Amino acid sequence: MSRWEVVIGLEIHAQLATKSKIFSGASTAYGAEPNTQACLVDLGYPGVLPVLNEEVVRMACKFGLAIGAEIAPRSVFARKNYFYPDLPKGYQISQYELPIVANGELIIDSDDGERKRIGVTRAHLEEDAGKSVHEGFDRMSGIDLNRAGTPLLEIVSEPDLRSAKDAVAYMRKIHTLVRYLGICDGNMQEGSFRCDANVSVRPQGQEAFGTRAEIKNLNSFRFVERAINFEVERQIDVLEDGGDVVQETRLYDSARDETRSMRSKEEANDYRYFPDPDLLPVEIADDYVEAVRQTLPELPDAKQARLQESLGVKAEDAAILTIQRELADFFEAAAKASSAPGQTVANWVLGELSGALNRDGLDISASRVSAEALATLVDRIHDNTISGKIAKDVFEAMWQGEGSADEIIDARGLKQITDAGAIEAIVDKVIADNPGQAEEYRAGKEKLIGFFVGQVMKETGGKANPGQVNQLLKKKLSG
Amino acid sequence: MSVSDKPIYDRTMTELSRGLAAGDFSSVELTTALLDRIETLDGALNAVLTVTRDEALAAASAADDLRAAGDAGPLAGLPILHKDIFCTRGVRTSCGSKMLNTFIPPYDATVVERLAAAGAVMLGKTNMDEFAMGSSNETSFYGNVMNPWDLERSPGGSSGGSSAAVAARLTPVATGTDTGGSIRQPAALTGTVGIKPTYGRVSRYGMIAFASSLDQAGVITRSVEDAALVLGVMAGFDERDSTSIDQPVPDYVAELDTPLDGVRVGIVRQHFDEGLEAATGDQVRAALKTLEARGATLVDVDLPNLDQSVPTYYVVAPAECSSNLSRFDGIRFGYRAKDPEDLLDLYCRTRGEGFGAEVKRRILTGTYVLSAGYYDAYYLKAQQVRQLIADDFRKAFADVDVIAGPTAPTPAFRLGEKTDDPVTMYLNDIYTIGANLAGLPAMSVPCGFADGLPVGLHLVAPHFAESALMAVGHQYQLETDWHTRCPEDYR
Repeated sequence: MSRWEVVIGLEIHAQLATKSKIFSGASTAYGAEPNTQACLVDLGYPGVLPVLNEEVVRMACKFGLAIGAEIAPRSVFARKNYFYPDLPKGYQISQYELPIVANGELIIDSDDGERKRIGVTRAHLEEDAGKSVHEGFDRMSGIDLNRAGTPLLEIVSEPDLRSAKDAVAYMRKIHTLVRYLGICDGNMQEGSFRCDANVSVRPQGQEAFGTRAEIKNLNSFRFVERAINFEVERQIDVLEDGGDVVQETRLYDSARDETRSMRSKEEANDYRYFPDPDLLPVEIADDYVEAVRQTLPELPDAKQARLQESLGVKAEDAAILTIQRELADFFEAAAKASSAPGQTVANWVLGELSGALNRDGLDISASRVSAEALATLVDRIHDNTISGKIAKDVFEAMWQGEGSADEIIDARGLKQITDAGAIEAIVDKVIADNPGQAEEYRAGKEKLIGFFVGQVMKETGGKANPGQVNQLLKKKLSG
Repeated sequence: MSVSDKPIYDRTMTELSRGLAAGDFSSVELTTALLDRIETLDGALNAVLTVTRDEALAAASAADDLRAAGDAGPLAGLPILHKDIFCTRGVRTSCGSKMLNTFIPPYDATVVERLAAAGAVMLGKTNMDEFAMGSSNETSFYGNVMNPWDLERSPGGSSGGSSAAVAARLTPVATGTDTGGSIRQPAALTGTVGIKPTYGRVSRYGMIAFASSLDQAGVITRSVEDAALVLGVMAGFDERDSTSIDQPVPDYVAELDTPLDGVRVGIVRQHFDEGLEAATGDQVRAALKTLEARGATLVDVDLPNLDQSVPTYYVVAPAECSSNLSRFDGIRFGYRAKDPEDLLDLYCRTRGEGFGAEVKRRILTGTYVLSAGYYDAYYLKAQQVRQLIADDFRKAFADVDVIAGPTAPTPAFRLGEKTDDPVTMYLNDIYTIGANLAGLPAMSVPCGFADGLPVGLHLVAPHFAESALMAVGHQYQLETDWHTRCPEDYR
């Protein structure tokens, strides 16, 4: 065990999935031509005023309720003042002293196998800035203000995380949650979900925190893990060489897999926060909160527990199924339509179906086999119409759009031979054709049973029931 | 003198409205007369920064057509000047600053839009203190405005261009904005009527912000009746301004007839202490007597924290302005310094060169009071005092309907007289700032002359009691003719 303890807190920025911006009517759609989705309010024109998009309040409430947090009856937008070319007003509208969500928590499955409570200090609403583009403008910078005014929920954790893996587990959990709630699309490539990591180390057993560095703008789970690991080692090296960690903001360079200093505490801006006089405080009544609570979907933890308890899915698979709400919903629809045990359906969803989706780069919502169609296929295995092996071929045919399971089974004549007489005749023939092997089997080489099963299946074109064949072979060979 | 004997430029908006309705003259004739007057007389006043002759004549002609078709709006064909703080689509909006010397807004402020929709004809844009920061119009990048009553004196500020233009009969009405007295003090210094309504009564959308929690649009006129007419069009909820208030707008003109009988007028004794020039005080006291004679009751009220209003204001207003003016950074619009070496140089020189001294003074003050370690001692404390001042007014209004006193401590002062001492300048707003801090409606009406210069009576009413406020002013004007006096050279 290292003599250093790692302390991490994350500030996650989740872009809220509203149609229009937080303080203007401009669209939030990603990928438009630069500066085509910025109206006068986003451009910070003289005289314009912000008007709060009420949808963001509802979304923040949903998130707060999902993490068992307090929804502030009164929260206040504040101005964070600093100069930057992609910040047209010279201030960002955020929440400072009175955030909309406070004191929530989340349980993660920690690196060390324990279930661990991670506190969420607060979540507040704010607007995003625009984007500066420094390449391709010959010693100038391009500014794209399409993103300016995009609504963000900044989710700030307590410094409760103790390893890079824990940080990733926490971030994944939030990622799953915001998508369940339908408040963020979670698209990390497009920057819809990203985080800053506050990292420090301290000697094991020491209560006081070490000096922290803040790593900005991490936009993949892998980068979060690698950036934190790099930073932890860097800080330990500094301390073990007798140096001091400097409080500063650092950037993670994924190409070099290292963090670099961006600015020190001395260079840090004094943001001169004060309540934004253009916006009224956000007042939220209890009945509003209750109404939002009624709209909450089943949350990932609850769903996972239910899949395990009611549908008999093993913990590991239930966890994977519930990462994405749509996948869990697909599974549930299939399990409901099928008479097979839940675990069998889960095997198919996580096996063939997920494999096919990955292979074709499709999301579950674009699956070429519906939940009901998959259920029918699983049922045909369960009722011994086809074997599991044949079923894989049938699935592939379904995926290629050749029809339903039953249509394909009929068309290809894949139905299992369950007629005992017919199978018996083939079994007899196979034993008769292979007298040497039969002799060896009888002499005790029992694993030859597999050879005989294989031969029978070959003769039947895979349509015999392997269990039935096995049973019959054993009887005949020992007889 | 009957109305028909009055020169067209000397008539009030209400009188002009009747004239247009009666077909005595057309809007094109009226507009042409005033545009010509601006051209002839404004050279000596510098009240109007931009004259929109072509647009005005086109609007006047359209208004005449609508009237002929029987579809005239409440202000159809009636002239107005807008303070250059209101964004006007396609017309340069400078805010009195070099920073916005070339700024042409792509949109109209709500105030501009509503007045145009009612048929008003914009003649142009008026001079003002830079970003509305000043009480004398001397901070304008475009030069100071001269007071028509004495060209060596200030017309007040920051809406000094509007007050001078109305006093000089260049227009019957001009819009203004009031953050600490910027409508009422210039009205007092030019013998005009100026009303600042309740905070939230008129939309701030499209009005370039100085101090957002204090700024309020209003109007400068020559009669309270005109103020009621125009305010009725400007006022009302605007979904583009979250601080505008969704309350019905009364028929202000109809409610002017409320008599003064039984109206309780509060008097704040401190307002008549030292600091108030003697002759000004005499005129205000005489005005109070007039109100009493018409049936009002004078009641002493106490506003114990009011002496804190100037220092409170000079923390809150600069704090907000330091943030509001951050957008003038040379990146997107307005002035940009030439050949910047890097981003910091661009920022520093753009703002250093683009802003005038008073604006810089307030940005620096505001930045200081919001800084880490000073916020609690200044900004937070000022907000607490602001609350106390608002509470004082609330308690006072339990006993009175309006509070009356002087608008400014002296009549118009000489240009250059106070420019070296910002604090003396700031004290010019000592009686008016309280209404902004508390968000109350307030107005100044002409109430006499001191040494040949106009004096204003200041009236403050509870939130949304504009009707009561204007009724008192109107009843006073039925009894007096101070508001009809015209500076000699402009008759």
